[in-house]
Amino acid sequence: MQRVTAIDSEQIRNDLPDFGPGDTVKVHYKVIEGNRERVQIFQGVVLRRKGDGVRETFTVRKITFGVGVEKIIPVNSPKIAKLEVVSKGKVRRAKLYYLRGKVGKKARIKEKRT
Amino acid sequence: MAKGLIGKKLGMTQVFVDNDRLVPVTVVEAGPCVVTQIRTKDRDGYSAVQLGFGDISKDKLNKPQAGHFKSAKTDDGKKHMAEITIENEEDFELGQTLTADSFEEGEKAVITGVSKGKGFQGVIKRWGFSGGPGGHGSHFHRSPGAIGACATPSKVMKGKKLPGRLGNDRVTVKNLEIVKVDADKNILLIKGCVPGARGGLLLIKGI
Repeated sequence: MQRVTAIDSEQIRNDLPDFGPGDTVKVHYKVIEGNRERVQIFQGVVLRRKGDGVRETFTVRKITFGVGVEKIIPVNSPKIAKLEVVSKGKVRRAKLYYLRGKVGKKARIKEKRT
Repeated sequence: MAKGLIGKKLGMTQVFVDNDRLVPVTVVEAGPCVVTQIRTKDRDGYSAVQLGFGDISKDKLNKPQAGHFKSAKTDDGKKHMAEITIENEEDFELGQTLTADSFEEGEKAVITGVSKGKGFQGVIKRWGFSGGPGGHGSHFHRSPGAIGACATPSKVMKGKKLPGRLGNDRVTVKNLEIVKVDADKNILLIKGCVPGARGGLLLIKGI
């Protein structure tokens, strides 16, 4: 089992900043269009982090033209060029699914002051 | 099938390939294997190599075994042995060591192992019968039902699917892709699952 976890730990990225549910993040995500590769920026609120090890993923939610869009991204994906934490959120639970049913003022998250 | 290795299943995980695909893999310790005997067409009627895997101390061997390993020029005895059929007997020599790098990434392999034993199981798990309704006054749930006619033939037909021991069988899976080869650590990453429990013995053959 040790040799299996060794394979896992080789792939885990340590270069990303700490982030969690409630934080607003800017994900610089590599997109391949034909032969060209470009970086797309997806900014939104982190709803959750799920799983652990190589399999860990996080969900980012944003509102585009009045439509909620969610993206599930593996935390250790090589396709993440950069991840910036825009603001830290003050939330009381680990999974912010309640945000899906809320719009406008009610969908706000308090900022954590440090 | 000109190449093969004996290995051990270590467990499963996932790896990133092609820069973003997360692929489920089985981690297999493959080799190093030693050629302990060569079967030739002239003497044995078929061409094959006998491979040995896993060291065992010399003190634990009896005299015939010790003699066998001595003629194969291996320092220690080997715990597990298996034969692999080959096309060309000249490609191999006694005492030769085969490692994981005899396989390449992207290659397909055939893997044989012993499946996990499930014990005595009913027909639903063992043969995939659909079973009866759960409720509405039904008393027929997971039993096999009728197993044949009455006076003719007045016996149960051979091969009738009935409850019994499940698993612990020799199972071969073909066309498994090798995702990664780590020759230094003697490790192969194989896409998907392979038969058997962790620590189970596997026979890996090339196609």
